Amino acid sequence: MSKLAEQIKGAAKKLLAEQKVNLVVGFTEGSLPLRGTPFFARTPEEADQLTWNLDCENNLANYLRKKPGKVAVVAKGCDVRSIVALIKENQLNRDNLYIIGVPCSGMIDRKKVTDLLGSQEVLAIEENGDTVVIKGSNSSVTAKIADLLHNSCGDCSYGNPVVYDELIGELLPKKEAADFNEIKEFEAKTTAERRAFMNSEFSKCIRCYACRNACPMCYCEECFVDCNQPEWIGKSAYNVEDNILFQVVRVFHLAGRCVDCGACERACPMGINLRLLTRKPVKDVKELFNAEAGVNLEDKPALATFTNDDSEAFLLKE
Amino acid sequence: MIISKKDIPGFLDKLISEYQVFAPVQEGSFTLFKPISSGTDVDLTAANTKLPAKEIFFPQSEKLFSYNVTEEGAKVEETLDEQKKVIFGVRPCDARSLVLLDNVFDNDKFQDPYYLTKRANTIMIGIGCNTPLSTCFCTSVNGSPFDTKGLDLLLVDTGDAYVVEVISDKGKALAEQASLAAAADADKIAAAKVKEAATVTCQVNIDGLKDKLDVNFYWPIWDKIHEKCLGCGACTYLCPTCHCFDIVDDAKDCNGCRVRNWDSCAFPIFTLHGSGHNPRTSNKERYRQRIMHKFKYFVDNFNEIACVGCGRCINNCPVNLDIRVVLEDVRGSEARLDS
Repeated sequence: MSKLAEQIKGAAKKLLAEQKVNLVVGFTEGSLPLRGTPFFARTPEEADQLTWNLDCENNLANYLRKKPGKVAVVAKGCDVRSIVALIKENQLNRDNLYIIGVPCSGMIDRKKVTDLLGSQEVLAIEENGDTVVIKGSNSSVTAKIADLLHNSCGDCSYGNPVVYDELIGELLPKKEAADFNEIKEFEAKTTAERRAFMNSEFSKCIRCYACRNACPMCYCEECFVDCNQPEWIGKSAYNVEDNILFQVVRVFHLAGRCVDCGACERACPMGINLRLLTRKPVKDVKELFNAEAGVNLEDKPALATFTNDDSEAFLLKE
Repeated sequence: MIISKKDIPGFLDKLISEYQVFAPVQEGSFTLFKPISSGTDVDLTAANTKLPAKEIFFPQSEKLFSYNVTEEGAKVEETLDEQKKVIFGVRPCDARSLVLLDNVFDNDKFQDPYYLTKRANTIMIGIGCNTPLSTCFCTSVNGSPFDTKGLDLLLVDTGDAYVVEVISDKGKALAEQASLAAAADADKIAAAKVKEAATVTCQVNIDGLKDKLDVNFYWPIWDKIHEKCLGCGACTYLCPTCHCFDIVDDAKDCNGCRVRNWDSCAFPIFTLHGSGHNPRTSNKERYRQRIMHKFKYFVDNFNEIACVGCGRCINNCPVNLDIRVVLEDVRGSEARLDS
């Protein structure tokens, strides 16, 4: 990892020194154990603070819209898929973007790490090959990195950036696409069971909109929840129906656009299982149209194209 | 006084018969303050609850009154929560946050009946922090792990029992009613040792911070500080002292209710005027508002910093925008103190 960090620094410094870009968006060490944090380098000296680690979990595509001039971004697989999707939606100009692609085999989920230590606070974490040593206030635990990854990383088969101007590190071997078992299980439940799940999950929602704001594809100038006239949705949070309505509309709006990076679920302070919802349209769009968002620059976005062969299974019910 | 840990469920069960009792309850991977129906529901193992105790007095959404308009006229019915409450297991930082919020809801200009009725009818039983987290910085903002401000009783965990310190008359009456045993000298010594051993390792230097904020409303550093902020409300909604709110009418035809909802300076519609103009046009102005409100405006208005150092915003920010780092950046940067 430290080797990759050095290469990233080198690439960023060169780009800034040669004035090929005026900004490099990447990660620097955060203030907490296992916490990389988004960082904006505008000079070669600032680029020295860039890093790469198992905690660079944020989707940096979120920061690229509205940035003036030429911008470089340190982008793992999911960041690049979001970038590609944003380019197709005319939100980013490929010509103004320099992608420093970093193959990624997954980022560590702090919640899983915390669970390992019980009520102890995680004070430090050391990487050691394919394991990590997690140091708590009273004891240490060694765990396999593979067991600690975010669920979205476990399901991801696009760890290799699909588009890049420069690649840091080695491309990873191809990974099989994940099944959608947890979605199938959820689909198999009765309406009442699904409803009960939604009520229980969304009674936790505090409407902080961290999910929406962490999502690179949620870029509406005015989100429907913020609109007062007409008021599409109740502004109060005591009503679980409104909490559900917010998320369901968000998920529908992401159909065919969501790259399943998991940023929404990571951002949620209340630990709501959001990917169970966002992955349903990911599965449907793949099954119905054999389409995935942001996997290449050529395909049209699934919902922006039409062929006579398109499945109509969802229109007709036998 | 003293209460054995095994007697806590019984103690709470007795309280439940007379009060609405709120206590930390396990909710997935964290704890939340919830009304409990049994003394065994309580979980005091977490360093603190995910959401602060603030929401009991100042709920995220609070119905103020309902109304209904007919041919005979308008009928208004006020919703005032007058239920007697006990908050059990509140941490000193959260208890102190209520003392700070009292300034907002009870001052020369305004007395907020909704908040104040609940405050007046509530007994606060706190629990000191034997092992503060690495993100706790209460001692930097006038608090401490065994601070008693805002509390009626304070429990000190000495292993198998809690030594109970009586802070107020309300607390004394409750402790006497529960017939708590007197603490032996050995217990008092044990409690004193626990208090002495509890150390807050994280220090945030706020010397001179206010001086800089006083003169640096327009300042290049604000252009950088907010840059990674996503503009979500996680920090404000999890903050025990954030108190901005918005009033809406939830109405259908002629029936409705007026509701007070938490607002957040992070949101684009915060302070958006009816005209469409917003004095805080971007994330930069909104994040500046968050820092200014806590460390300048609140100090100007009430001579207190509106931060109790609980660390929730640090642990829950999706992008690790750490208020300790921000304050250090503000304090340490070249300020135009002469301007």
